[in-house]
Amino acid sequence: MEADLRPRPVASTAAAGSTPPPRRPRSGWRDRISRVEVRWSPYLFIVPFFVIFAVFGLFPLVYTAYVSLHDWTITGAGEFVGLDNYVTLFGDPDFWNSVYNTLGMLVLATVPQLLMALVLASLLNQRLRGVTFLRMGVLLPIVTSVAAVGIVFSQVFDRDAGMVNGLLGLVNVDAVDWRADKWSSWSAIATMVNWRWTGYNALIYLAAMQAIPRDLYEAATVDGAGKVRQFWSITVPNIRPAIVFTVIMSTIAGMQLFTEPLIFGQGSFAISGGSLRQFQTVSMYMFEKAFRDFDYGYGSAVAWMIFLLITVLGVVNFLITRRSR
Amino acid sequence: MGVRTRRALLATTLLGSLVAVSACGGGAAGSASGDVTLVVKTFSQFGYDELYREYEASHPGIKIKEENIGKLGDYTPKLQQWLATGKGAGDVVAIEEGILSQFMAKPDQFVNLLDHGAKDLSAGFLPWKWQQASTSDGSKVIGLGTDVGAQGMCYRKDLFEAAGLPTDREEVGELWPTWEKYLETGKRFKAKKPDVGFYDSTGSVYLNMLMQSGDHTYYDATNKLVIDSNTAVRDTWNKSVEMVEAGLSAGIEQWSPQWNAGFKNGTFATIPCPSWMLGTIEKQAGPENKGRWDVTRVPGNGAVRGGSFLAVPTQSTHQKEAAELVKFLTSAKGQTAAFKAKNNFPSSPQAIDDPVVQDFKNPYFNDAPVGKIFGESVKALKPVYLGPDNNAIGDRVGNALLAVEQGKLQPDEAWAKAVDDAKRLAK
Repeated sequence: MEADLRPRPVASTAAAGSTPPPRRPRSGWRDRISRVEVRWSPYLFIVPFFVIFAVFGLFPLVYTAYVSLHDWTITGAGEFVGLDNYVTLFGDPDFWNSVYNTLGMLVLATVPQLLMALVLASLLNQRLRGVTFLRMGVLLPIVTSVAAVGIVFSQVFDRDAGMVNGLLGLVNVDAVDWRADKWSSWSAIATMVNWRWTGYNALIYLAAMQAIPRDLYEAATVDGAGKVRQFWSITVPNIRPAIVFTVIMSTIAGMQLFTEPLIFGQGSFAISGGSLRQFQTVSMYMFEKAFRDFDYGYGSAVAWMIFLLITVLGVVNFLITRRSR
Repeated sequence: MGVRTRRALLATTLLGSLVAVSACGGGAAGSASGDVTLVVKTFSQFGYDELYREYEASHPGIKIKEENIGKLGDYTPKLQQWLATGKGAGDVVAIEEGILSQFMAKPDQFVNLLDHGAKDLSAGFLPWKWQQASTSDGSKVIGLGTDVGAQGMCYRKDLFEAAGLPTDREEVGELWPTWEKYLETGKRFKAKKPDVGFYDSTGSVYLNMLMQSGDHTYYDATNKLVIDSNTAVRDTWNKSVEMVEAGLSAGIEQWSPQWNAGFKNGTFATIPCPSWMLGTIEKQAGPENKGRWDVTRVPGNGAVRGGSFLAVPTQSTHQKEAAELVKFLTSAKGQTAAFKAKNNFPSSPQAIDDPVVQDFKNPYFNDAPVGKIFGESVKALKPVYLGPDNNAIGDRVGNALLAVEQGKLQPDEAWAKAVDDAKRLAK
């Protein structure tokens, strides 16, 4: 594919042309340079990305792995301990608790979010008044700062004066201590994530939907398929690449969930994510170990586990979404 | 004049002006060499604004910039990071007593204040306060004491009145000579005002009782973890659980937004308040609640909770000037001023006996004679030894108590968890 986009070397253009152009009189170094340029300049153009990736992506990754093999504290590198940090980690209930929490919130935040985004996108794909306004409107939450979202929703889900408990009170449901249980804190945090990202995903779906040829729908209508049938049989299969993309992106973001639960937590030990770590995510646990207990080696081991978990989940996601044709 | 000569002239002029400019720059830097900016790192409220201005006025060429972080819990890791990386700590740092012991283990990170004329100052501090920041051989002093967290009990007069309890601070103080009596009073209060917490969170009451319960808590003097063998800790825990079971807690974590709002909204009626907390209460409750909060003696025999030191990190580039500033801020005069500004209770005996402190009445708290109330608390003080991970363990015990409050764990389970967490942390 990519070869087609490149300007072809002179020789091959000549071969492709019907009448071979006259041979160039000067075939010396100038020619050679231009050939080198044509061949290598694309690499030069993509170098900045790889340099930046190497410095800010690859190096930290490798260095973190190196740190995770040491007893590394705030005073610097200690002795090499091999896989000790990982061994401790596998027996650390707080770590597994945080993995469990993260996965739980991932499900609560991703599944409804993408379903809502699908519905929203198909609504926005209709002929509506002020459609541009509405399309831009769904994007607004993404412009809001995460911290602001966290603060506002923490108040909405406050035990004593929160709006949600106020509304529950109207229908005679007892006030919920949102931070006390796993299900309640997860729901509150997932609400924040959903609020923020649904519109963004909806726009991606919308873009994909607009590329679906209208004839498909017309043919389906002629065949007597209703709107719902059309949605599941035409729209969804046709935007599958967009769905795969959003599923993988949401999974990555969900595994790194940090700010929302941190702000939702309270007091000076908020990083613990609740009295019994009800909503401590794995990246919060990494932060607690590395930057509060200053056990950098252990924190790095947690960071690597996050990386591996995301990789595994990404592959699983990919396989599932690819198969479900 | 040919083009070439003109160019040459222009070049010379440019060069000349460049030289002039750089000379100017050099001159400016020269005259500004006395202009030292000292960066002071603090948390919560130290009440130094006026002292800075005074110091700047009497020391021309010195500028002071305070960089404050609200919560101690956020400040501590930053401070540790600055010190470990050798960057960012500024010239003067505040160190809270709960984290002091871990810095005492690495005294090289701080300037020995004895080298800067602190030798003659020891009489200006309570002996144990001076001792806390000195190395065991006495050859090095890393910090000078600012305040001590003398204990009082703050209470809402209007809520007490509504619950049919006395409101006069003498009478209120007589309600609770001991924590048992405090519990009883709480039960009386809750019978009348079931919707209002008697205190904010059990963690804060626990901590205050703990600081009255002996000369050490989670660690013994050799830094051995004794959380499960020190019966004082377990007794305090049991007493706290009794209060939880009596339903006295509002279940609001300290330093949370709800806690801040609680001072204004009256969601809890009392709060054990170390002297430094009065500034926080005044700020959070706001001018509209002036006179509603009052302060009286704390149950039990005085106590200290918190209190800080000022130190000069060796990474400071103006160690001499910084040390001078520390001496000024921690002098009896400086401590008196900080007390007047934010009620941070002095650790200097001269300041404590100063009539300015003794007779000081806090207008926000109904003219409560806070100087006298806290002064009495300080006299009954016995210093408590806090080990290296004291605050981190305190966080975990606090979480366990909160879980009991939330009804998520039985008291015994929660205690076992706290001990287990502490052991895993300290290993």
